[in-house]
Amino acid sequence: MERQFYDEWEGFKPGRWSNTSINLRDFIQKNFTPYDGDDSFLTGPTEATTKLWEQVMELSKKEREAGGVLDMDTKIVSTITSHGPGYLNKDLEKIVGFQTDKPFKRSLQPFGGIRMAMNACEQNGYTVDPEVVKIFTEYRKTHNQGVFDAYTPEMKLARHAAIITGLPDAYGRGRIIGDYRRVALYGIDYLVEDKKDQLATSLVRMTSKNIRLREELSEQIRALGELKKLGEIYGYDISRPAKNAKEAIQWLYFGYLAAVKEQNGAAMSLGRTSTFIDIYIKRDMDRGILTEQEAQELVDHFIMKLRLVKFARTPEYNSLFSGDPTWVTESIGGVSIDGVPMVTKTSFRYLHTLENLGPAPEPNMTVLWSTKLPLNFKKFCAKTSIKTSAIQYENDDLMRVTHGDDYAIACCVSSMRIGKEMQFFGARANLAKCLLYAINGGVDERLKIQVGPKYRPVTGDYLDYDDVMAKYDDMMEWLAGLYVNTLNVIHYMHDKYSYERVQMALHDRDVKRYFATGIAGLSVVADSLSAIKYAKVKCIRDEDGIVTDYEVEGDFPKYGNNDERVDKIAVDLVRTFMDKIRKHHTYRDGVPTMSILTITSNVVYGKKTGSTPDGRKIGVPLAPGANPMHGRDTHGASASLSSVAKLPFRHAQDGISNTFSIIPDALGKDDKVFMGDLDIESIAKELNEDGV
Amino acid sequence: MEGFIHSTESFGTVDGPGIRFVIFFQGCPMRCLYCHNPDTWKIGTGTKRTVESLLAEYDSVKEFMKNGGITCTGGEPLVQIDFVTELFEKAKEKGIHTCLDSSGITFTPDSTEKFERLCKCTDLVMLDIKHIDREEHKKLTGHYNDNILAFAKFLSEYGVPIWIRHVVVPGITDKEEYLFRLGEFISQLKTLKALDVLPYHTMGKVKYEQLGIDYPLGDTPPLDKEDAVKARDVIMRGLKAALKKRK
Repeated sequence: MERQFYDEWEGFKPGRWSNTSINLRDFIQKNFTPYDGDDSFLTGPTEATTKLWEQVMELSKKEREAGGVLDMDTKIVSTITSHGPGYLNKDLEKIVGFQTDKPFKRSLQPFGGIRMAMNACEQNGYTVDPEVVKIFTEYRKTHNQGVFDAYTPEMKLARHAAIITGLPDAYGRGRIIGDYRRVALYGIDYLVEDKKDQLATSLVRMTSKNIRLREELSEQIRALGELKKLGEIYGYDISRPAKNAKEAIQWLYFGYLAAVKEQNGAAMSLGRTSTFIDIYIKRDMDRGILTEQEAQELVDHFIMKLRLVKFARTPEYNSLFSGDPTWVTESIGGVSIDGVPMVTKTSFRYLHTLENLGPAPEPNMTVLWSTKLPLNFKKFCAKTSIKTSAIQYENDDLMRVTHGDDYAIACCVSSMRIGKEMQFFGARANLAKCLLYAINGGVDERLKIQVGPKYRPVTGDYLDYDDVMAKYDDMMEWLAGLYVNTLNVIHYMHDKYSYERVQMALHDRDVKRYFATGIAGLSVVADSLSAIKYAKVKCIRDEDGIVTDYEVEGDFPKYGNNDERVDKIAVDLVRTFMDKIRKHHTYRDGVPTMSILTITSNVVYGKKTGSTPDGRKIGVPLAPGANPMHGRDTHGASASLSSVAKLPFRHAQDGISNTFSIIPDALGKDDKVFMGDLDIESIAKELNEDGV
Repeated sequence: MEGFIHSTESFGTVDGPGIRFVIFFQGCPMRCLYCHNPDTWKIGTGTKRTVESLLAEYDSVKEFMKNGGITCTGGEPLVQIDFVTELFEKAKEKGIHTCLDSSGITFTPDSTEKFERLCKCTDLVMLDIKHIDREEHKKLTGHYNDNILAFAKFLSEYGVPIWIRHVVVPGITDKEEYLFRLGEFISQLKTLKALDVLPYHTMGKVKYEQLGIDYPLGDTPPLDKEDAVKARDVIMRGLKAALKKRK
């Protein structure tokens, strides 16, 4: 491909990004300006921002009053170009674009599954147009239908019993982050040329693998063309690179908007954009064409749009996630691989939206935390966290080793290099239930039916550690195989019927695919095994001989107290299950990973899990993610965090989450009541001087 | 040596500088009406722990102890002064910052040998003066405050940095006269580094219920933060007035 240095790039330091190939990391590293100052430069909301936000609050109120949904599309199937422009107030909005032709109107996305789309509408009092239903039932197959065509009876049963749960088999899998920055830096025409070049140089020996790649590249090129049209719908020509900060944010947002118009994935994350955008803001300011107030306004309006991403969901979906989350995760900060903190003024500006617009769960602002971050930024984060409780923190020092310095978080904890790595989201296997299956020989403790293999159940009155462990190992072996194979079906069908073409158009051709799995119930299992080992656990059987409850006699070490005896059980468990996952064939040679993550769905998983040998009763929520069970960590936060920190990232590379709450008073002394730095002599001296 | 320990807390942020590993000692001779740890009163019970095991526990979380160290509180740690001393001596060998949170009630002005040895390995004493008035102190805690005030002066003489803590309880210690006198007293402490005014709270109430003891302060309301700030200002006024007089 012919490379030229675009006029729009004037003022940027050239490099591989401009003269070789698409390379956002190179662009950022060559051009970003680190900032280690404090937050005093930040400005409040402009009048336009306040006015727009009031309008949003008014609409939010109406939406709540209407039972959670204000308006739904029932006729127009959402595509990148399906709708005309939508505005809050065209005159005031600096950044524009909605998923449909007006804010708060949820789009119709049937490619994941027509029944899910119909349910979502019906539960909210709407009806999908019969013509659309007919098309997606009779003529156009959906992802959901494909999956159920291929599922085995065993898979359906495991899903029904919820030992494998939250599977993306009826809705979008999400978790793929398009490199939306590419739209701003290169413009669509360049990206299309690049994709055409990729297609022209792809293998022509027509194996199914190569055919699929060629078809996908063609789809990607088509999607880019539609993305360009989306710009036109709003009156912008995005064929060329963005020439200033406003355009850069707008181009980037169009890329993201195209993705959420086509995919209603469980997590539709944004990437790592603040330091990229900062380069444009800084250039504009250096040129004297942008003020701080204007820069903050652009950021505020952009974040406002991200807060208004909405999908049509069913009540079951919402109860699983305790709300209506979109997981528009934006990763902020981190350190470059040569040790320079990548905090810029725009990192502050992004977080400052929590002040200007008020706290909100979306976008999910995630600080890539490193001990090397500038102290002023750390202080600002702490201040903002105390004030808003709205910042997520992730360990950059840990992830940088694996992913370098241009990765981002999808959803809550899934890390991937932007535009170079993607993942197949795989929900999770319930390890607590698996333990109960081991004890009951594969019989589900709630449904009282055979779900797992009919292995020999535990027969004695008291649980024996070695006996249970041997049985548990066998049951996990079964579960891992079934789980991976179920996911293989899902991802095959998702690629086939609901391919993320615009997101993948903003990736390299040869991406690394992570095959993400997950586990739920870690702390329950660790404590259960600890109880069996260090206390005595008696089985309570029902009339059919199924163990349905347990009596724990004596005390036992509990996960979350930095106690090696039980923490080791948790660590071993993670490694053991991951190793079992690794034994299996994965779709498209995905690299298997595992997360220990459930931020809200642990409540629903708990409902579906019987009583456990740790003394937890049937229906009681599991702990979220890798958290210790509620109230069992009794040695303070450091001990609790230390237990979690022992879990090996190597075997849980898709992320380990810990939901941490602390009352502000427990974070230290208020300087109003506490007088530090007292010094009698200097006070005496001062008094003397006053007295003279 | 073994000590009787009530419990440990691995993330203490209000018991001395930085993030600290806090050891709650079991046993206390005082019976302060507002005590929020009545479960630590009984002497000679609790978990038996060695110095080594406590230091090992500290080590396991030391990554978190930024600018912090170890704080001994309770209960009254100085009921087990030999154990505290050994713990602090070994902690100092490892370069750990040591802080003692004490009421000073066990201090014996006539026999200070053990206290001198303790001073050598203690970086900071948080001395909790319950009440400045001798008689009121007796009412509040069951003891006179003579030895406590003597302990404060002793620490000052021995050059041990002191933080003075004072709980302000509505109707008991919030009288302006007492606060002013407290300020006058602490103005004599050459090593005074901080004044920590703690507004009375009722979070200990539930423990009394659990232990089946009547809560002595009944329905005494918690103190507002604003009132705590006012109390702090009165103490500081007393401190400055006394300093001025002396010059």
